[in-house]
Amino acid sequence: MTSLTAPAAITSVPPATRRAKRRGAALGLLAWFVGILFVLPVLWMLLTSFHSESDAATNPPSLAAPLTLDGYKTFFGVDGGASPWPALLNSMGTSIFSTLFVLVLALPAAFALSIRPVRKWTDVMFFFLSTKMLPVVAGLLPVYLFAKDTGFLDNVWLLVILYTSMNLPIAVWMMQSFLADIPVSIIEAAQMDGARLTTILWRVVAPIAGPGIAATSLICFIFSWNEMLFAQVLTGVVAQTAPAFLTGFVTSQGLFLAQVCAASMVISLPVLAAGFAAQDKLVQGLSLGAVK
Amino acid sequence: MPVLTLRAARIPVVALTAGALLAGCAGMGGGSSGGNTINVLMVNNPQMMDLQKLTAKHFTKETGIKVKFTVLPENDVRDKISQDFSNQAGQYDVATISNFEVPFYAENSWLMPLDEHVAKDKAFDQKDILPPMRQSLTAGDGQLYAEPFYGESSFLMYRKDIFAEKHLKMPARPTWNQVADLAAKADGARKGMNGICLRGLPGWGELMAPLTTVVNTFGGTWFTKDWKAQLTSPEFVKATKFYVDLVRKHGEAGASQSGFAECLNNLTQGKSAMWYDATSAAGSLEGAKSPVKGKIGYVQAPVEKTDSSGWLYTWAWGVQKASRNSDKAWKFISWASSKEYEKLVGKTFGWSNVPAGKRASTYANQDYRDSAGAFSEVTRKAITSAKPRDPGVQERPTMGIQFVDIPEFADLGTKVAQEISAAIAGKQSVDEALKTSQKLAEKVGEEYRDE
Amino acid sequence: MSNPTTAVPVRGERPPTMAATSRNTSKPPRNRAREWATRAPLMPALIFLIVVTQLPFVATLVISLFDWNSFRPDKRAFAGLENYTTVASDPALRESILTTVLLTATVVIVSVVLGLALALLLDRKFRGRGLVRTMLIAPFLVVPVASALLWKHALYNPEYGLFNGVLNWLGGPQPQWLSDMPLMAVEASLIWQWTPFMMLILLAGLQGRPLDMIEAARLDGASNWQIFRFLTLPHLRRYLELGTLLGSIYIVQNFDAVFTLTRGGLDTANLPYTIYETFYNAHEYGLASAAGVLVVIGTIIIATFALRVVSSLFREEASRA
Repeated sequence: MTSLTAPAAITSVPPATRRAKRRGAALGLLAWFVGILFVLPVLWMLLTSFHSESDAATNPPSLAAPLTLDGYKTFFGVDGGASPWPALLNSMGTSIFSTLFVLVLALPAAFALSIRPVRKWTDVMFFFLSTKMLPVVAGLLPVYLFAKDTGFLDNVWLLVILYTSMNLPIAVWMMQSFLADIPVSIIEAAQMDGARLTTILWRVVAPIAGPGIAATSLICFIFSWNEMLFAQVLTGVVAQTAPAFLTGFVTSQGLFLAQVCAASMVISLPVLAAGFAAQDKLVQGLSLGAVK
Repeated sequence: MPVLTLRAARIPVVALTAGALLAGCAGMGGGSSGGNTINVLMVNNPQMMDLQKLTAKHFTKETGIKVKFTVLPENDVRDKISQDFSNQAGQYDVATISNFEVPFYAENSWLMPLDEHVAKDKAFDQKDILPPMRQSLTAGDGQLYAEPFYGESSFLMYRKDIFAEKHLKMPARPTWNQVADLAAKADGARKGMNGICLRGLPGWGELMAPLTTVVNTFGGTWFTKDWKAQLTSPEFVKATKFYVDLVRKHGEAGASQSGFAECLNNLTQGKSAMWYDATSAAGSLEGAKSPVKGKIGYVQAPVEKTDSSGWLYTWAWGVQKASRNSDKAWKFISWASSKEYEKLVGKTFGWSNVPAGKRASTYANQDYRDSAGAFSEVTRKAITSAKPRDPGVQERPTMGIQFVDIPEFADLGTKVAQEISAAIAGKQSVDEALKTSQKLAEKVGEEYRDE
Repeated sequence: MSNPTTAVPVRGERPPTMAATSRNTSKPPRNRAREWATRAPLMPALIFLIVVTQLPFVATLVISLFDWNSFRPDKRAFAGLENYTTVASDPALRESILTTVLLTATVVIVSVVLGLALALLLDRKFRGRGLVRTMLIAPFLVVPVASALLWKHALYNPEYGLFNGVLNWLGGPQPQWLSDMPLMAVEASLIWQWTPFMMLILLAGLQGRPLDMIEAARLDGASNWQIFRFLTLPHLRRYLELGTLLGSIYIVQNFDAVFTLTRGGLDTANLPYTIYETFYNAHEYGLASAAGVLVVIGTIIIATFALRVVSSLFREEASRA
């Protein structure tokens, strides 16, 4: 095999000839086109949220219709309607707390599946994954009855527990992969210095796995924020989360497109912002740590 | 690769925890209604949204009782109400149920009887409530279980100006065949305009409602008195074929996905010349911002073999038996369904937005008649001439004009509606749809025959 | 000071495979305390998950043995396996199984292929690459319920949706998307949501491939297609499997899309939706629970076959150390 000294950091194949350069430009243009096509529905949602209800419901679509904040006013309950802040706060709280719980449970578990693995660790991994194969809907009734009898209905903490169980398998899988890449020698050195398990976890593992932890948190946050079935069935007045609140704007007795678009934009904003800001972490997380 | 040192991690971790705790203290937590609060679950129709806007400034100010609303679309709200009430979970004190639910909810003791409260509250004036409304909310044991918030029947709406242009005359008591004729002639009167808009969206409360009234007046019925399913009887088939053909030939685009909202939009945007649907549509059509305000004529629901064929439906307030705040709940109901509330809405949002269709006094109110004159009389007649126990040409096993008042009807009606909606979309013939539906209905009928 | 030969195996020394450990007869004597010390960190997560997921499953199992209609609470009675025979002979349920399989397979395959194409496009440098990548991940970040509402009302609506509006401009037909091709409409909205997910996974895979080998191959005269087929694709296999596995798990469970777009009408009801309908519309709690249990059994059988895929991922992980 011809040994070639590879340049320090190739991130893509460099175009060599002029023809290759032109093709490269064409492909770049294609990428732009596809990108715009994909984001078009979201942009359309954004535009519609600034239209009045009747303008939003015209055919052909009126691009140049006057912009208004009516949709947002309705969403924020400016003229006496319901305020969205409790729902938004509930979503924020459940997502953050369930992510914290997931990290607290997943980090040691991943440690026990990668760095100092238990026997039959692959079986355990499969079990974790298998809990996600059960249809949520089927198990909903027992949870509802349990919540009703123990007074946990309409309680945010029930959602936190359920979301934790929902995200734990994925988090364990991700963390296991991140931890598996930690050089064994560092752990061994710490062990030889007589460090206890918790010290190893806190002082040695966690700092190196920082990016992995960040990636896992982001994914868990996104999935918790987006969850709707549990929220709709198990909450009502006090613990309603943002996605369930959103469905309240879809009425069967009139026009609602603008206000639903406005509501959708505001409710998706935290996840959009987090995702955009931490794109690289998202890539890392979804590839289970292959990219450093 | 930047290593995240513990020190650097400390700051974001602290910030995150602080933020989470703040969120926790501020907005989270759990619990049921307590203190001076009641929980109300309601459908998100415009009349209810108006109520939500007026409650804090008026009801809460007067009585000090706080009301926490949860609003959901119709199908979702029914799911949630049935879940909460059937398990007597007590999450909600009051919910918007309809005359469909009252009989079997009451039978299962999920609702609180309201007779005592009504007797003590003279100002509410129970006698003012229209008799068909009161009847449909009284259960088999003779007790009243709900108070109407607003009621509706169905009628035919048409564009007076288009009809005038095309020299078409709408008779005072139209028959369905006449209506089909008129639809054919009005088709294409303006660019992109179709003759008539009819619901086609699958759902026992969407497509099935108008279709069942057509079946009734053509002489058909869902079940005979002894629970034999009649979906393949000649009258039922004729009525369904008529409806499906009419909507396919002269109806709106996307009919199999069109419900109330789509047809309302159609009429508002001038895409349909006629519309057979709920009387409550008039409020939106004659609203201040409506482009077709003043252009719509209203006439009673078309008939064939019966005198009347409008349906009867009401969104009413029911109190959950497990509620611990029944007195406060009654105060709320008494306010929301009162004459004063109607006047309040009339002054604040306009008289066409008043939750009408429940009180005789509304139709005697001069202000209301002045601004809603176009449709108020037709609406009142439609409601008062509705016969929930005897809507067709033959005897029925149970109540209901546009539905059969059994709990299984929600599922049965929706499944049948899906079959017929597929016929409207051209995916199968009406005969096939009804054959499949007949089998489904027979299963339900068997269960009731065994009782 | 721990003796290396009796120390608990650290990853890299002796990667445990699934079959080997239990049959090794010449192991050193098991040190109970140390084993429990190894297991201890795993326990909280494992116990938590077992309690929160398995207990409801057992309860569902019990409920499935009853004839329980929530509208007739006094008629609740033990029914044995009657619910299961009803469910197994119900044509509607068989159809929804077929729909689920069709829906999942189509969405996963198309979004993987599309994701691969997009990842390849994004792999080369061009002006505004970061911005295009941002645009491409947006669909995955929008709240799924909002996404479904967007597609149903703002895009697909035959009267005022964007698609028919654009077609109207171009003078084209005005199809009734959700009535004419309901399953494809649901699939399209799911593909839109999940392609970014696949793209990100495959992008990471592409960025980890051996570029020096590719350079060498190119110098040796290999065409782009050959490079892709013999060098890139095998490297990506692991990522393709991962994307397929995760995507399948999430899309089989998908509920929001069917619920919002078509309410299960016109043959688009998948299993989660059918079970939901049986609970909330028909109020047959026993029947719905039985359907749920059957779904679990079916999924586990299929998952055991998929275990081969998973174990290849495991083997590669183990050998990566």
